[in-house]
Amino acid sequence: MKQAIFTVVSNNKIAEGVYKMILNGDTSAITAPGQFVNIKLSGFFLRRPISVCDYDEKTLTLIYKTVGGGTEKMSGLNPGLCLDLLVGLGNGYDMSKSGERPLLIGGGVGVPPLYNLCRRLVEQGKRVTVILGFNSRNDVFFEEEFKSLGAEVHVATADGSWGEKGFVTDVMKKIDSTYFYACGPEPMFRAIDKIAATSGQFSFEERMGCGFGACMGCSCKTLTGNKRICREGPVMEREEILWED
Amino acid sequence: MGRLKVNLCGTELENPIIPASGTFGYGYEFAELYDINILGTFSFKGTTKEPRFGNPTPRIAETPGGMLNAVGLQNPGVDKVISEELPKLKKCFSKKVMANVSGFALDEYVYTCRRLDEEEQVGWLEVNVSCPNVHGGGMSFGTSPEAAAEVTSAVKKAVNKPVIIKLSPNVTDIVSVAKACEDAGADGISLINTLLGMRIDLKTKKPVLANKTGGFSGSAIFPVALRMVYQVSEAVKIPVIGMGGVSSAEDVIEMMLAGATAVQVGAANLVNPFACRDIIRELPGVMDKYKINTLKEIIGGAR
Repeated sequence: MKQAIFTVVSNNKIAEGVYKMILNGDTSAITAPGQFVNIKLSGFFLRRPISVCDYDEKTLTLIYKTVGGGTEKMSGLNPGLCLDLLVGLGNGYDMSKSGERPLLIGGGVGVPPLYNLCRRLVEQGKRVTVILGFNSRNDVFFEEEFKSLGAEVHVATADGSWGEKGFVTDVMKKIDSTYFYACGPEPMFRAIDKIAATSGQFSFEERMGCGFGACMGCSCKTLTGNKRICREGPVMEREEILWED
Repeated sequence: MGRLKVNLCGTELENPIIPASGTFGYGYEFAELYDINILGTFSFKGTTKEPRFGNPTPRIAETPGGMLNAVGLQNPGVDKVISEELPKLKKCFSKKVMANVSGFALDEYVYTCRRLDEEEQVGWLEVNVSCPNVHGGGMSFGTSPEAAAEVTSAVKKAVNKPVIIKLSPNVTDIVSVAKACEDAGADGISLINTLLGMRIDLKTKKPVLANKTGGFSGSAIFPVALRMVYQVSEAVKIPVIGMGGVSSAEDVIEMMLAGATAVQVGAANLVNPFACRDIIRELPGVMDKYKINTLKEIIGGAR
């Protein structure tokens, strides 16, 4: 983890309530796709944890949904503004387990962290399939971006207004893969866990205090002991998850 | 750097800055970020006799100028703290640490304190009779002078190291609780723990926290904490550790002027992991600005 000052390069709406922010700064603390940053916003006491969509040595791409006051504020930030970020938080996805034909499954605002993962798996020569699930056509984003990386992309919408009608699991049933990586809402995870034929990893969300393991605000129980979503997570292996009712 | 030195219950601290329990883990997360030996000391995560997972999530909510937490004393239990956490801490912290202890019955407090008292890394026992997030324990010992005195004298009989009682602000008269602890033999008082609070989610129309209520901390509570530190340090002769919303060198000086011998920094660590390092760096400059030669000389100066 590193604390660094980043400059907003751009900040644009890309779907209903969804924004893409590009920042310049020191990204050297990022070690794996699926990690997150924690952003200090003026007027708010706690930082805002946002998953990393993509990055290179000095550029960070974040995609976030406006779900409350903090993200609403973020959506109004203009290029040139400086932000205080904690960078390189969480464990991220373990790419070594992907096999030759990994399946990436993203639901709604869970889609962004899969982008850098997809890019890197493709670079490793893997045949990547991506399933993106949204509620409706207006919510869809990054379909073309994933295609441009060279992945096979399927989109499912709950109301059928774009791509296939149904849930990501309806598409998942038809795809033969070696491993899966998922990010999205927990009901989606439970549905995936019920039908998945392979092992895989899920990236979890929780309200956080600090984002770096100090406050124990985001703890969860797993089959391998208590974990902090922000530190030992957010990514957990399918086999260790304790699905509590 | 002698200007920052204070004496806490017989042990000299290089400076009065102490990260507060529950905001600094067992130290090593922060040791990855900076050399934590620059701290006066720190108070480690509240430890109980048995391991505890704590409350269900969400455990965290935001407030204007602060936050609520309802972690519920998650900790690995005193056995593991001694066998795993303290050895890890030893590698990155060479000073004496403050052991924060909580319990649900008198004998649990005594047992846990006695175990930690035997550890040479431990310099002080901070006995938490003020956790607002667990039922049937913690705060219930801190809400009456009699119960707080009972814990104090039981622990004092069992240990050799200085015993600091951490008080709850969620009482009618904190001064009477502090005096009862002093009379029962406490070597110091630390205050304040968090204020009991709540937030409601307008979308779900239910409390944000799974525990419904949580402890309110952060800069918003600073004036309340400062007032209580002032009142308590006026009433007792033993050292007082001031805490509650401290996030700057200026806040530290205010706390000391109110009567604090040392100052704990809590929620600020969660927002800025370098908060304590920054405060220690900034203290000499701020002291110069206000013509303060040494911190020792300003303790209680506002009274």
